[in-house]
Amino acid sequence: MCNLVPVALTVGANRIVPTISIPYPLGDPLTPKEQQYKLRYHRVGVALDALTTEIEDQTVFKVKF
Amino acid sequence: MKKAVHYINQFFAGIGGEEMADYKPEIREGLVGPSLALNSMIDAEVTHTIICGDNFMGTHTDEAVEEILKFLEGIDFDIFIAGPAFNAGRYGVACGTICKAVKEKFNVEAITSMNEENPGVDMFKKDIYIFKGGKSAAKLRDDVKKMADFANKILNGKKTGSADEEGFFERGIRSQVWIDDKKTAARRGVEMLIKKLNNEEFVTELPIPKQDRVDIAHPIKDLSKANIALVTTGGIVPVENPDRIQSASATRWGKYDISNLERLESGVYKTIHAGFDPAAADADPNVILPLDVMKEYLREGKIGKLHKYFYSTVGTGTTQKEASRMGKEIVEELKKDKVDGVILVST
Repeated sequence: MCNLVPVALTVGANRIVPTISIPYPLGDPLTPKEQQYKLRYHRVGVALDALTTEIEDQTVFKVKF
Repeated sequence: MKKAVHYINQFFAGIGGEEMADYKPEIREGLVGPSLALNSMIDAEVTHTIICGDNFMGTHTDEAVEEILKFLEGIDFDIFIAGPAFNAGRYGVACGTICKAVKEKFNVEAITSMNEENPGVDMFKKDIYIFKGGKSAAKLRDDVKKMADFANKILNGKKTGSADEEGFFERGIRSQVWIDDKKTAARRGVEMLIKKLNNEEFVTELPIPKQDRVDIAHPIKDLSKANIALVTTGGIVPVENPDRIQSASATRWGKYDISNLERLESGVYKTIHAGFDPAAADADPNVILPLDVMKEYLREGKIGKLHKYFYSTVGTGTTQKEASRMGKEIVEELKKDKVDGVILVST
């Protein structure tokens, strides 16, 4: 999970899930705690599902928010 | 007099450090920071300096590039220089990104410089001239000079040499040259083979770049039975940093027992990563190491087991060699503990 997706692709990561920023990948401190938790829960969920997904090539998985 | 435009980040513009890394793109007439050095070395007038925060370029790339290209539309310029970025990963990627975009849109040569460890090198060396730079800003004048010298060749219509001769990273562009000794390729090839068979040194005419790719791992069949581990390069550690992991150029990693925790608490864990503003992660370490949501997924049964340790090191300035070694060491432990999958959070 990372913010600079092009870097992850270049170094050869195969399953990639974007995060929202560099200093706070999974929770914007300017938003309420519940909103941060929801975002973290969603994106980590996408990452867990990615571990179960068959892929043919390097894949950047989509997140909803 | 030819004209040049220089791109630098918020730090070199004297605007601020990490806390200003979200600085939106700005164009200023004249010289700022390193563009003074550039202006004194280049056969052109540096008419404008473009400043952009590294985080802004990283997180809002399209918007930043669009804004900067708009700035340039009204300006007459013969060459574009970015950086030098040394080992600063975000800055290197930003320099590469903007140079590539400028070259594509305006068909003007774009030059930057960064250290060989910078991820920007592999990402952009094919698209633009990236000069081999030092590890830190101590090398600023040297790195600017290398870019300026080459820029001068281009501006004055002089012939430029190969990557090795000029000092930039190989771009993968092949040019035909006459070799003076008039030996045919067949003869040269056989001579190389004979040297190789005799264990003698020879120089290849065509280096084949090594693609460092990892095989795609098989997907986990049943996540609800799987043992998942958390790993991070975001430098999350207990506040005393017991393993004394370095805040940059790390050569050490640590593992920390989270089996009895529901989440990471501020004041108990923190980040030691020197590459970004630590405030958010210090206030809530879960934004980098998402223990809280992993524990919820465990309670829900989405995952079978959460490995009792999380593994941590720092990714900034860490060499590829050390990162690779640390990764292999961590993997050995994960394999011993029968971990099935890993969520790695990078910053």
